[in-house]
Amino acid sequence: MIMTVFITGTLLLLFSGVPGLFGRSSPTGGERTALTLLLGGALLGTGGVIAALKHPAEASLTLPWAVPGGDFSLAIDPISACFLFPVFLIAALGAVYALGYWPHRSNPENGRKLRLFYGLIAGSLALVLTAHNSLLFLAAWEIMALAGFFLVTTEEKYLETRRAGFIYLTCAHTGTLALFALFILLEQNLGSFTFPAPAALDDNSGPASAIFLLALFGFGIKAGLTPLHIWLPGAHAAAPSHISAFLSGVMIKSGIYGLVRICSFFAAPPAWWGMTVLTLGVISGVLGVAFAIAQHDIKRLLAYHSVENIGIIAIGLGAALLGKTYDQPLLTALGLAGALLHVINHGLFKSLLFLGAGAVIHATGTREIEHYGGLLRGLPLTGIAFLGGAVAICGLPPLNGFVSEWLIYLGLFHALEGATLLPRLSLFAIPALAMIGGLALACFVKVFGIAFLGAPRTPAAAHAHEAPASMLWPMGLLLTCCLLIGLWPGALLPLLGQAASLWSGETPPVPLLTKYAPAAALSWSALGLFLLLAGAACGLRLGLRKASPRVSTWGCGYPLPTARMQYTASSFGALLVDLFRWGLRPDRHGGETQGLLPDAAEFSCHTPDTILDRGVIPFCRRAIRLFGRLRAVVQNGSTSFYLLYVALALAALLTLATLSRG
Amino acid sequence: MIGKALLHLLLLFLLSPLLLGVIGKTKALFAGRWGAPLLQPYFDLWKLMRKGMVLSETTTWVFLAGPLIGFAVPPLAALFIPFGALTAPVSFTGDLILFVYLFGLSRFFTASAALDTGSSFEGMGAAREVTFSCLAEPTLLFVLIVLARLAGDLSLDAMLGPSLQPAWHQAGAALGLALVSLFVVLLVENSRIPFDDPNTHLELTMIHEVMVLDHSGPAFGLILYGAAMKLFVLGAVLMRMALPMTYPSPWLNLLVFVAGMLALAVVIGVVESIMARLRLIRIPQVLVGTTLLSAFAMVLLLR
Repeated sequence: MIMTVFITGTLLLLFSGVPGLFGRSSPTGGERTALTLLLGGALLGTGGVIAALKHPAEASLTLPWAVPGGDFSLAIDPISACFLFPVFLIAALGAVYALGYWPHRSNPENGRKLRLFYGLIAGSLALVLTAHNSLLFLAAWEIMALAGFFLVTTEEKYLETRRAGFIYLTCAHTGTLALFALFILLEQNLGSFTFPAPAALDDNSGPASAIFLLALFGFGIKAGLTPLHIWLPGAHAAAPSHISAFLSGVMIKSGIYGLVRICSFFAAPPAWWGMTVLTLGVISGVLGVAFAIAQHDIKRLLAYHSVENIGIIAIGLGAALLGKTYDQPLLTALGLAGALLHVINHGLFKSLLFLGAGAVIHATGTREIEHYGGLLRGLPLTGIAFLGGAVAICGLPPLNGFVSEWLIYLGLFHALEGATLLPRLSLFAIPALAMIGGLALACFVKVFGIAFLGAPRTPAAAHAHEAPASMLWPMGLLLTCCLLIGLWPGALLPLLGQAASLWSGETPPVPLLTKYAPAAALSWSALGLFLLLAGAACGLRLGLRKASPRVSTWGCGYPLPTARMQYTASSFGALLVDLFRWGLRPDRHGGETQGLLPDAAEFSCHTPDTILDRGVIPFCRRAIRLFGRLRAVVQNGSTSFYLLYVALALAALLTLATLSRG
Repeated sequence: MIGKALLHLLLLFLLSPLLLGVIGKTKALFAGRWGAPLLQPYFDLWKLMRKGMVLSETTTWVFLAGPLIGFAVPPLAALFIPFGALTAPVSFTGDLILFVYLFGLSRFFTASAALDTGSSFEGMGAAREVTFSCLAEPTLLFVLIVLARLAGDLSLDAMLGPSLQPAWHQAGAALGLALVSLFVVLLVENSRIPFDDPNTHLELTMIHEVMVLDHSGPAFGLILYGAAMKLFVLGAVLMRMALPMTYPSPWLNLLVFVAGMLALAVVIGVVESIMARLRLIRIPQVLVGTTLLSAFAMVLLLR
């Protein structure tokens, strides 16, 4: 019964865009039908997941499936539930948001396609997160990856979009290739394509490490761990904002899900697994946020913050793996609970920020932060939503980002109790996490301050208008969720505790979590903060007897300041970009002046992705040239040579077959 | 608990401006002047609170949220730490992270309020503030790891509790390094010389002062008061590390704490008198050096 509800919900999501393909004459392109189906699917799906958590015995299902080796088996457990809730919530809110952001009336050429693939990606993601069989998992994974490609290339008329889509497709398929190898190895180990129970696999056998590395590569590409994040900034910037919200908020988490799931199969992973994940997490976190500071395209900037947050999640997962290796249940429980909560939290605040950025782009028509300014006047509600998302993503109390980082910190501090030196090395992740937090704060002060505060820098920013209600409601709901988790984190701890105990293959950690992570104290502290704030505000109000006069900002006595004299986003980030120039390699052009009373000069600064634009693309160019030359030699147009190749290939294959048999 | 909290808040509200007075007096005496009276900061606050306020045309509500949050955070953070041997009113596992991140919250809004004016001076100040703080943050966490390791507990009250005194005998070197690092963090976070000059009016060289250039009247008073309390709270952590003794008499404990805080103010005043302000580009190097120093303190304990 429970699984029937869930499957119905998933099917409704999958095919929500199909009715819109018929009835070409309809002026709204079946917008409302798609929305209704999608909302219904999301509701049924959420209901199914909640019911499945209440009745774990009925939370799995196997249907006959005519694929050799595969069976259509689904199961919902606490780990998948942590990933599923954001999927349904954000898919539904994104669809509502699209009514105002991407109405069919103004986008008749791609609205239908967008809704079709939006439903497909949401439904297939729900399947990915519940599939209990490798083949089913791979099939759903491919649907998701392809739907993602068509969503990224919604505005295919732009060269930049096509380029981003191509890079996305290449990365997605490289990752899938690794997953094919991974699941074949897993099948050889187990004898079937069905997922094993947690902690069921022996990790001393040879393929275990190969399985881990393949998972790290295949799932790492999807998640966007540095240095595999190359597709992420371009794709998120090119897609429409509600699509970016979905991709960044929930789709990339499927990579984290895969990694968490594969790691759960092993009883006692070797120490280097945890260390690798932890180190990659720290690198992703620091470099992700450093790249973000250097961007001045608001969506690229947010995309780099996804890399950073995936890094934070990886730090939690790495700590959990180390805890499993060294049998430190606190490290495992707190690390994994923090990582999973950060998955939920990042889904909420990152989609909130992308939706906010969409409202800003909708109002001003540009993604360039340097062209904004003073938007809080024109878009007061969007401004508050964006500010809430910014405070949450910096991990500041009293919003939800703080809670998950707090759990990860607590877990890492428990590494102090280890008996040997190696787990204690993970303590170095604590200051790294603090630095990531500090850098994120710098970055979001920059975005919020430059975009929403100060004076408008362009006429478009000066005349910006508030978004319609269909765009504001989803943002308001997301902000409420962020605030609720921040104020009452205790509500989610039982679910996280169940997930952590399932993952580690042990039963007790649920009371452990509530004992060592006193979430109720956070709620009381938040209350204290609000009381103190209210007190200070009352004091300030009483201190002011009359309305304050308004004058222009003090400019050292200069009476005619213009908006162009304000600090810009680039100048705000310049100090930090300079500190990280070893990794960022910013391009600077111009800026030099000569002589007394110089003429007007130009200066531009741009930070491309070091790994993509300075590593992968030049390498691929060289490889293309090399293979082009090889092809010219091999494919020379003479038939006799081709026959020779056939004969040689046949001989090689026969030799191989003989050798392998002998 | 309520009584303890009230005592903590009373000490904080009453004594924090005095530290600024002591620092000012010390600097004046070093310069061979008599200087302003010790209670001058109180007079200043009183005067500012009664004044009117002027707002810039470009500002929004964020401009006032900065001073409010900057004022509300230190009293809350003060509840998590012991004042000398007076135990903390509120203590739970993991309050150390909340302590650090609360100051992050106030920094976020102070810097945003600065950008709200649209002035490039204040933009410059905000950029410097967030840059230098994120370099100081790892040092603070390294120090906290050292304390957590020595106390075997994850609440600030226990970390700065009675276990600290025997710890000086066991791990004096690590604690000493941590203490020096924490002092540097204190100077950076409270914008003192050699990182920032709280007195100069040259906007181009300032960090914190330039961020609040456009605030006036009661809002500016809140900022000054909040800054004084922040100095007091971070100073109390430092003081407890340096003077970890606990006496049976509560009055003696209180006396040791107050005397220690005043001594800290004198030390800050001496540092400000005998050192020049660092060049802006040197500050990151000093901060990275301090981070390494504190990392060394942690490594000493992990061997």
